[in-house]
Amino acid sequence: MSREAHPENWLQVTPRGLYCRPGDFFIDPHRPVERAVVTHGHADHARPGNAAVIATPQTLAIMQARYGERAGAVLHPLAYHQRLSLGPVTVRLVPAGHVLGSAQVVIEWGGWRVVVSGDYKRQPDPTCAAFEVVPCDVFVTEATFALPVFRHPPADEEVRRLLHSVDLFPERTHLVGAYSLGKAQRLLALLRHAGWDRPVYLHGALEPLCQLYEEQGVDLGPLRSATRAEADLAGDIVVAPPSALADRWLRRFADPLTAMASGWMRVRQRARQRGAELPLVISDHADWDELTQTLREVGAPEVWVTHGSEEALIHWARGEGMRARALSLIGRGEEEQDALP
Amino acid sequence: MRDFAELLDRLVFTPRRSIKLRLIGDYFARVPDPDRGWALAALTGGLTFPGAKPAMIRALIEERCDPVLFRWSYDYVGDLAETAALLWPERRGANREPGLAEVVETLQEAGRTEVPTLLAGWLDALDPTGRWALLKLITGGLRVGVSERLAKTALASFGGQDAGAIEELWHGLRPPYDDLFAWLEGRAPQPEVAEAALFRPLMLAHPLEEAEVDALPLGEFLAEWKWDGIRAQLVAHKGECRLFSRTGEDIGPAFPDLLQNIGFDAVLDGELLVAREGAPAPFNELQTRLGRKAPTAKLQRSHPAHLRLYDLLIDAGEDLRHLTFSERRARLEAWYARHRPALMDLSELVVVENHAELKRLRREARTSGVEGLMLKRAASPYLAGRPKGHWYKFKRDALTVDAVLMYAQRGHGRRSSLFSDYTFGAWTEEGTLVPIGKAYSGFTDSELKRLDKWVRDHTVDRFGPVRAVEPGLVLEVAFDAVQPSSRHKSGIALRFPRIARIRWDKPAGEADPLERLRAMIA
Repeated sequence: MSREAHPENWLQVTPRGLYCRPGDFFIDPHRPVERAVVTHGHADHARPGNAAVIATPQTLAIMQARYGERAGAVLHPLAYHQRLSLGPVTVRLVPAGHVLGSAQVVIEWGGWRVVVSGDYKRQPDPTCAAFEVVPCDVFVTEATFALPVFRHPPADEEVRRLLHSVDLFPERTHLVGAYSLGKAQRLLALLRHAGWDRPVYLHGALEPLCQLYEEQGVDLGPLRSATRAEADLAGDIVVAPPSALADRWLRRFADPLTAMASGWMRVRQRARQRGAELPLVISDHADWDELTQTLREVGAPEVWVTHGSEEALIHWARGEGMRARALSLIGRGEEEQDALP
Repeated sequence: MRDFAELLDRLVFTPRRSIKLRLIGDYFARVPDPDRGWALAALTGGLTFPGAKPAMIRALIEERCDPVLFRWSYDYVGDLAETAALLWPERRGANREPGLAEVVETLQEAGRTEVPTLLAGWLDALDPTGRWALLKLITGGLRVGVSERLAKTALASFGGQDAGAIEELWHGLRPPYDDLFAWLEGRAPQPEVAEAALFRPLMLAHPLEEAEVDALPLGEFLAEWKWDGIRAQLVAHKGECRLFSRTGEDIGPAFPDLLQNIGFDAVLDGELLVAREGAPAPFNELQTRLGRKAPTAKLQRSHPAHLRLYDLLIDAGEDLRHLTFSERRARLEAWYARHRPALMDLSELVVVENHAELKRLRREARTSGVEGLMLKRAASPYLAGRPKGHWYKFKRDALTVDAVLMYAQRGHGRRSSLFSDYTFGAWTEEGTLVPIGKAYSGFTDSELKRLDKWVRDHTVDRFGPVRAVEPGLVLEVAFDAVQPSSRHKSGIALRFPRIARIRWDKPAGEADPLERLRAMIA
């Protein structure tokens, strides 16, 4: 494990994204490249137009559903834990617990092991494989919710609040804003788990990905189109992308009560700015406790922190004796921001 | 605590009144005594915990959290109770989660030095929403968009009763209101409110704008001066005498002169003033009296209390409130002629022949030392609250001054991310600015956004949540009067200042001099 082989010399931020020189591939590039390893299907990580794409089969299916032919010229499925040699570099994908198919990228070269987490969470999620801890020398972590005020409550508790509200206001339609990939399906699975077995109504934008989840073996229970529903759906639950919550589209429903499922809902002021009447703190990103727990568990002496509140996590990691620095990647966090202006 | 926390959390995010009523009603139906009674007390502003202060909460959280992370978090969240609630290190299962009644009753018994330990133990046991609710509860001012009246309305519809019936009982009841809930649920008769010197809810007036005056059928109204003191209710019952403020607060101990030698049984509505030989003194003299809980004999002589009577609600046990205003007025006059109580007189009726005269009287109000006029419908009974169509207040025009913005502070609650509290100043003869007041209202949401941006772009210094700005923005401030003040460097204090207009166009150098305000002292 020579000093010259230290990852900062061969894994670097370039204008097109994070680049592994000896393996000649990019991770989640934000502009088209020859060879991309993609951690998961969210649009700020998986972009169209790459020549070759290496990702889990589920992520590739999501990219094909979203981009069609533009998903990539050559799609190379790599199942979890399978090793792939790219030049002298060994790459494998390990579950990240973020959304269906999401993966951490484990890169080994020159005696060093780097794990690029992509986005991840540690809370249980019935719609995807759970995060696995991979001990490593350098851990590249996300930091979306890296302030100690962000501590997500158990998601089933939040769903219980939603169902209590439906009980209390049976004459209103409960309209839940949830991002179309991952959050919407997790919410549906949580509702089923909480005993809600009536049909759930979907905004059209959510239908293809829900269908894809079902094809991938994730049971979401009976689903209906909200747009084609004939009644005003009083007492029912409708799931829609957050952008639809402020739309004329919702006028068709019975006195809609807007709920919003997002980790940002933790801070009341934010939730109020968003105009949600029922904020639900349900996040697919690690909260502060999960971030710090993960940094301890992977045991990496060195941590690179990407998009989010880098400075707070770096401050914490340094206090724990880790080497920590910010890794400025362009174009990250945009998918979340689509959801939350 | 969990149900109470969830209720507050829902209320914060619910804009609509009808939905708030439902949420509160659902809470009363689900939650047993005495928790719901304490919640009712909290929502109606009836709970105070003098042992719990924001500084104490801050000290508790700073013991448990990296100071850098605390600062960044507080900056992000903008509200101390919420920051502390979110940051508090989780120790679920460390203690049993406390109930609302347990918290309230324990704190009421606890000594000041015990509060931090108690609080820390509860915070350990609660979830973040529970911690937030606990901190909001004990620091007062829930700020969940529920007025005392709304809470009582929810209670009335929960029990299928009229809100007036609850108002009437209210001041004879004490939290946690078990007897009230028992009655509302049909398990017990209406609680017997002891025949005592109780506060009766006041009847209040709607403001009348100049433009609305002409539509008013003056022939159906009686006019009175609106005196520049504070509304008060004097209750004398079997030798017990009390004086209440508009909201039912007992202010009697500050006015022993008024309450001595009362020889009648009655409930009177009037204006509390400082007056000498029937001539009202400026408002700030009354303020001096209001500020002393136990006034010295000397102060009572130099600033004598006075009650100018508007109405007679109860006369020797006979409730007159169902009578019309003209009937009550006749009873009041007869009563006054009979008793002639010291330090009291009648507020005279003002004869107003027509609308033009009404407007003239209002214009002249400032020079005659009154706040304006009251118009009361002759046929109206005495109704609790602010019923529509019965009483109107026609206040004199506000005074205005062009002042310069000096400091801005972050607001609270909905405004916690915005600089919404403004301190403004006037120019001294030396050409420096001296603060003359603070205002938080009078602008629209979009103006607030623009003000906030202006503050951020023109900050020259920071003191915690306060920003000092360069002297570049003129605010036209409206106020009711200027009073001399030894507490302020400027030597003056404005009464009811609010922002009338933002003068984006006006250079700061052209704002008003302090001298102009000094000349306006009442």
